[in-house]
Amino acid sequence: MTFIHIAIFLPVIAAIAIAIIYRYVKDVHLGWFVLPVPAVIAAYLFSLIPTVSTDGPIHQNLNLMPRIGMNFDVYIDGLGLLFAILISGIGALVVLYSIGYLSKEEKLGNFYVYLLIFMTAMLGIVLNDNVLMLYFFWELTSISSFLLIAFWYTRDKSIYGAQKSMLITFFGGFMMLGGFIVLYIITGTFSIREMIGNVDLIIDSNLAPFAVVLILLGAFTKSAQFPFYIWLPDAMEAPTPVSAYLHSATMVKAGLYLVARFTPVFAFSELWVWIILLGGLITLVWASFNAIKQDDLKGVLAFSTVSQLGLIMSLLGVGALAVATGANEEIFTVAVVAAVFHIINHATFKGSLFMVAGILDHETGTRSIRKLGGLLTLMPISFTMTLVTALSMAGIPPFNGFLSKELFLEAMFEISHANFSALADWSVLFPILGIVGSIFTFVYSLKLIHGVFFGDRSYDTPKEPHEAPALLLISPIILSALVIIFGLFPNILSGTIIDPAAMSILGTDTALNTQISHWHGFNNPALWATVAIIVIGGVMYIFRNSWMFIYDYHKEHFTLNYLYEQGLLYSQLGSKKATDGVMTGFFRDYMVYIFGFFVLFSIITTFFTGLPITFDDFADVGIQDMVLVIIILISLAIIMMTRSRMVSIIMLGAIGFSMALFFAFFRAPDLALTQLSIETVTTTLFLVCFYHLPKKSKHEETIKFKFTNFIISVGVGAVVILFGLSAYSNRLFESISQFHIENVYELAAGGNMVNVILVDFRGYDTLMETLVFGIAGIGIYALMKAKVKGKDDNNEEHA
Amino acid sequence: MELVTIILSGILIASATYLILSKSVLRIIIGISILSHGVHLMILTMGQLKRGNVPVLDDSVSTYTDPLPQALILTAIVISFALTSFSLILLLRNYKELGTDNTEDMKGVPHGD
Repeated sequence: MTFIHIAIFLPVIAAIAIAIIYRYVKDVHLGWFVLPVPAVIAAYLFSLIPTVSTDGPIHQNLNLMPRIGMNFDVYIDGLGLLFAILISGIGALVVLYSIGYLSKEEKLGNFYVYLLIFMTAMLGIVLNDNVLMLYFFWELTSISSFLLIAFWYTRDKSIYGAQKSMLITFFGGFMMLGGFIVLYIITGTFSIREMIGNVDLIIDSNLAPFAVVLILLGAFTKSAQFPFYIWLPDAMEAPTPVSAYLHSATMVKAGLYLVARFTPVFAFSELWVWIILLGGLITLVWASFNAIKQDDLKGVLAFSTVSQLGLIMSLLGVGALAVATGANEEIFTVAVVAAVFHIINHATFKGSLFMVAGILDHETGTRSIRKLGGLLTLMPISFTMTLVTALSMAGIPPFNGFLSKELFLEAMFEISHANFSALADWSVLFPILGIVGSIFTFVYSLKLIHGVFFGDRSYDTPKEPHEAPALLLISPIILSALVIIFGLFPNILSGTIIDPAAMSILGTDTALNTQISHWHGFNNPALWATVAIIVIGGVMYIFRNSWMFIYDYHKEHFTLNYLYEQGLLYSQLGSKKATDGVMTGFFRDYMVYIFGFFVLFSIITTFFTGLPITFDDFADVGIQDMVLVIIILISLAIIMMTRSRMVSIIMLGAIGFSMALFFAFFRAPDLALTQLSIETVTTTLFLVCFYHLPKKSKHEETIKFKFTNFIISVGVGAVVILFGLSAYSNRLFESISQFHIENVYELAAGGNMVNVILVDFRGYDTLMETLVFGIAGIGIYALMKAKVKGKDDNNEEHA
Repeated sequence: MELVTIILSGILIASATYLILSKSVLRIIIGISILSHGVHLMILTMGQLKRGNVPVLDDSVSTYTDPLPQALILTAIVISFALTSFSLILLLRNYKELGTDNTEDMKGVPHGD
């Protein structure tokens, strides 16, 4: 337990304090008490930057369950530190923003407790070396995200969005756990660093593809990649600070973190590179295409987040090439730098954009782009922030988005040099997808700026628009300022944060000394690509009305949402149908299952193991025995065939008394005596019941011959006979009865061996049997005496 | 003899199964009774039949039949009697409350939806 462990758990500890404060302090907004927590953590993490960038990673061990290898091993390298600073830094800004955004009437205690749990979970994910703990924190983010999305739990859409995100992210998390276990089977360790050390084992193993697919399922669901992105637009029902924090800056990047973290492990795998590269690019194009048609501000931003995450994912795919192919390392290292840089850039501009969207919602009462318009003069500060951040998102100089977009396009052009799998053959595809996605990005960024702040002043907003209070503006202003600062001076990041992070993704110790510059010269294809994006995007936006009709062809039935809905519906219907089919509610059917499976499994077992039967060592059959056998068989036949209950009861008595005679012939006088008396009482009881039973019942009307019943009962009988014969002919050792026979007088002072066994050698059986008898007596008494509600009452209740 | 009793108990259990699969509760209870007979006979057979004398100490006798299965069956007879009588009374009570002894008619009124 070190200070780093305490820092990770500080939010949860603070959450307890917050819950108490919430009860007693009503005058001050609860957020002010929460604000110091992320601020302190951020400051502490900033102080670690020089240590990590010069001395290398920090490692602190904390044993939790060493037997199964689940230890909380804190491991801070450049990548983890970058994410941790984003989480705590943006966390502080979001808390500050939420003070202005949420009024004191809301359930603030819940909100901040969930948010703090989330913060701990995210810090735990990124500052962790043990995959089991990583999984623990991973699910904790899913749970806290679920709680935050459903914060306004009285709204149906919130519940729907929360459930959807929970189902999808839990599915992915569970798959990821499977991937970790596969890795454990291969390498024998849960530590990520030791996995990287044993990468030879993973390369040789034929289980590796399973681990690749399972871990990528976890990453793709969490990071909202195609086709799992569908939960993110619905998660926009959460309060805007939550959307800004979880669904743009932090949680959705957990999947990217996972991919980056496991790049040194899996980069050799063609499957890994192809899935990430193509998955990311498809997500980029598809989501940016869909973002244009959104009407809701947060809907645009949600799809934009998805597409930007796809961009980063594809960059990580190119980065994996740098690890996999040693020769061309220089070229592909750029992609890793671009990925890390874009993670930072996206967190800044998207966080800010979400906050501005929240401000617009807060000050005008609507988020619909159709209803907003001409707010330029009314909300100049919001406009400036939107302009800066949206242009950064579109990739326009001099903002930071331009730099990472340039690096992205460069990386896409570089794939043609790849000496890996069939990538070089398909190299035309990648820059085209990248450019198309960027054009769409440019178009919706323009729509965001133009649709909200330009055009005619619209008067159908629910509230009179005016500039937001300072409390709401501080956080987005800080983020927008960072967009400009990182855009103008990108190298303040490169040496301190980006290089260590890129080094840990690449799994190398050699310093990178990255220099990010605005100008690469005219012969850089990325420059011309950017020019093309701006020109084509601009033209497309101006003539938007002439091509927007293509979205009409994108019918409801072809969306992934529709698939999800139908899948959910049919899995419910299907399971209901299956249950209804098997659980008929009839006693007979269940008995058929039980007997049927008894016969079936007995036959299968016999088939595989064999049943040795020998026909020797039998006693003689006497005439009197055969007479009894015949009596029993005749009685049985009559019971089976008669329609009269009376006859079957009498025949049952006949069987019972024959049994008593059998016992007498087989030298069991006590048994014969008991059987005789009990059979008498039983028959009497049957007759007593008979007197009270209905005059006519189905039993007397028809006894239909049922073929299935017949087959099953013949099977049961055959199995019993076979097993009985086999058991009889295979005696493994002598009976222990000789002990009882020899000691019956010496030890127990009795002559009747059966009785001595009952009350002396095995007296406990008899005690419990007496108990059974007593309980049956009490039960019968209760059944006869107990009053239940009359039939009429019952009917009324059910009606 | 053991071959005969094993087959007989097999037949008893087969018929018991057929009765248990029927719809009338009375037939099911008769089936349970017959099933217990078959099982008792099988237990007794497993201890071998007709070897030696009645298991009561007697100085003139050197071999006895196995007393242990007899003790087990004695317990089993009493327990199956308790079961039979309880289920009979249950049948009676059931008939008084529901007015039927047919298991197919004994379906609860579905709750809620």
